[in-house]
Amino acid sequence: MGTALAGKKRPGEMMVQLFLLFAAGVSVLTTLGIVVTLGKESFLFFREVSPIEFLTARKWQPQIEEFGILPLFTATVVTSLIAMMIALPAGLASAVWLSEYAPEKARSVIKPILEILAGIPSVVYGFFALQSVTPALRNVFGGERVDVYNTMSAGIVMGVLILPLISSMCEDALSSVPHSMREGAYALGATKIEVSLNIVMPAAFSGLAAAFIVGFSRAIGETMIVALAAGAGPNLTLNPFRAAETMTGHIVRISGGDLSYDSIDYNSLFAIGLLLFLITLGLNMLSSRLVRKYREVY
Amino acid sequence: MNASFQSASLRERHRNGKIFSALFFASTLFAIVSLVTLLASVLDQTAGWVLIEYSIPEADIVPSDDEGNPIPLASLESEGLLSILDENLGGRRLKALDLEKPLAERSPGDLRELIIAEVLEPSVVRSWNFAESMLSRESIFQWAAETVPEGSLVFRWWISSSFLSHSQSSNALFAGVRSAILGSFMTIVLTILIAFPLGLGAAIYLEEYARDNRINRFIKTNIYNLSGVPSIIYGMLGLGIFVRFMAPLTSGALFSAASAAGDSVPLEAAALAADGRTILSASLTLALLILPMLIINAQEAIRAVPRTLRESGYALGATRWQVIFHHVLPSSMDRILTGTVLAVSRGIGETAPLVLVGASTFLTQDPTGIFSKFTTLPIQIYQWTSRPQSEFRNIAAAAIVVLMVLLMSLNSAAIILRNKFRSQRRV
Repeated sequence: MGTALAGKKRPGEMMVQLFLLFAAGVSVLTTLGIVVTLGKESFLFFREVSPIEFLTARKWQPQIEEFGILPLFTATVVTSLIAMMIALPAGLASAVWLSEYAPEKARSVIKPILEILAGIPSVVYGFFALQSVTPALRNVFGGERVDVYNTMSAGIVMGVLILPLISSMCEDALSSVPHSMREGAYALGATKIEVSLNIVMPAAFSGLAAAFIVGFSRAIGETMIVALAAGAGPNLTLNPFRAAETMTGHIVRISGGDLSYDSIDYNSLFAIGLLLFLITLGLNMLSSRLVRKYREVY
Repeated sequence: MNASFQSASLRERHRNGKIFSALFFASTLFAIVSLVTLLASVLDQTAGWVLIEYSIPEADIVPSDDEGNPIPLASLESEGLLSILDENLGGRRLKALDLEKPLAERSPGDLRELIIAEVLEPSVVRSWNFAESMLSRESIFQWAAETVPEGSLVFRWWISSSFLSHSQSSNALFAGVRSAILGSFMTIVLTILIAFPLGLGAAIYLEEYARDNRINRFIKTNIYNLSGVPSIIYGMLGLGIFVRFMAPLTSGALFSAASAAGDSVPLEAAALAADGRTILSASLTLALLILPMLIINAQEAIRAVPRTLRESGYALGATRWQVIFHHVLPSSMDRILTGTVLAVSRGIGETAPLVLVGASTFLTQDPTGIFSKFTTLPIQIYQWTSRPQSEFRNIAAAAIVVLMVLLMSLNSAAIILRNKFRSQRRV
């Protein structure tokens, strides 16, 4: 009986396997779709505007055919840097506390809270930035110095949004440091803080770096907070109290309005998208390389 | 002496340790404080005093009783209400309203609402948040009396049954989230139907079938990289592929053309009006967006199933798919479902991709099928938040509360589901 079944063809099994292969292939198709969509429209754009002008010109004013990404790019970098200045220290410190110091009970309360924070939609953070953080900033620094839309409040709130991500990635890296290393240092008379700062953190360095890079990449791609709170109009400025539109904010604002396909404005959005895609992809690949490195060591 | 020096330095070292651990704890606290502030500032906007101005005062339109006092609108019956409508609205408007739903058949409550909206035409002068309303009541009343003496101050809870049952309106007092809730719901159900089988299938393929060769390694790296692509890029993908390239399919024109010989002309017209900016396009886009998360999570769940379980299945002569379907999947389903719910709640909250795929900015009709135009809760929140008037801030906050309640109930459903699967497995 058993031998009779052995060579039997099973069309059902083949069908299932084909479907599974297709399901796995969808992700490849997605990447292909992204590359083709962004590439095609950007190609149409770069036929009109030279890439050099795109990357170096200082003005973005589609009405008068000026397509210099610099103001959008600086605003993106400014908001992301402000976000990182908050999320990086706070995320790392809370990760050290959670992995090295926190009693089990506190961990079981605080971890879910961080997860709630991470699960709140970013449009809600945008509301928070515009309605609460901006008025607070204007109270503290004065209404004439702080615009109604400003990169500062968008950056701060973005920092809060990214904090849980950085915290949980850092915690993963810290807790993957083997216990024997901690015990060794304790045996030599190190205090807890010395073990955390001088033994665990250096050992987890590549993992921590990966967390920062992923956080930065997330900040650059974050859209709704900057669309609501950072400003609606390209503005080349480094002053965080001024309004300035980021790359993502610009894409959302323009595509939300009446936009005719096959216009240069429409194509320009995809050129911005392509740049955004390349930057975030580069950062993500860098971080996954770093993660692999610390996984290999231990 | 040496010993005392050492102990002093030890004390210092411990003090350093305490300072740092306090710092670490403070950072963790910062996250909690931010969460609380965020929730408080949203809730703060959902109730408070509102100063409303009417284009005609109520006393001018209602009939008087025997003593010459005006009868309040609330105590009038259908007949009286209908005569008010007759007197104050133009014939054309009356006909239009009658066409929507015959006036005679409407309930007194509906008629009152209609009179308020069409005749009295209230508009918000200013609204205050909850904290202001509680703390500085006197100054609010004083301000109102000085600025708009004929206006009326009412304390309003912005989340109400009428907020849930009304559709979008240009007047914040009558705006609601019904079509947005329906849109969110339909979009997400369709997203799950598309993404769940694909995500699970890909995970099964990668964990159970794929050999460790170059192609499969490429697929794995690719999925990891996709999970880091900003959501707005998925929106551009959706716009380029689903909305434009596949417009005949996603707008439903293809299907209505087939049945055009029949009486489906209105359907076709509706489909053409929607072009590719439909619920179907939005769902396809969101499905691709949450797919990497789904796959990675399901992979981990499948990987956690012990090898011995599979071997015992094979030993009894089961085929590969039988082992997967009857043993591996049931014992990893709780984890897979939990991860799915997490991914789906991320999908519900997504805004940017849907703006690109073309969520309608102003939609007063409910979505009727997968080829209708749509709006979702996050889109409504985005639009209302970006309006400068304070009353739109209030309804944006109210919509946020609705969204968060939706997300929370989804997550608790996931926990219940997971526990059910777990207890089944133990039996």
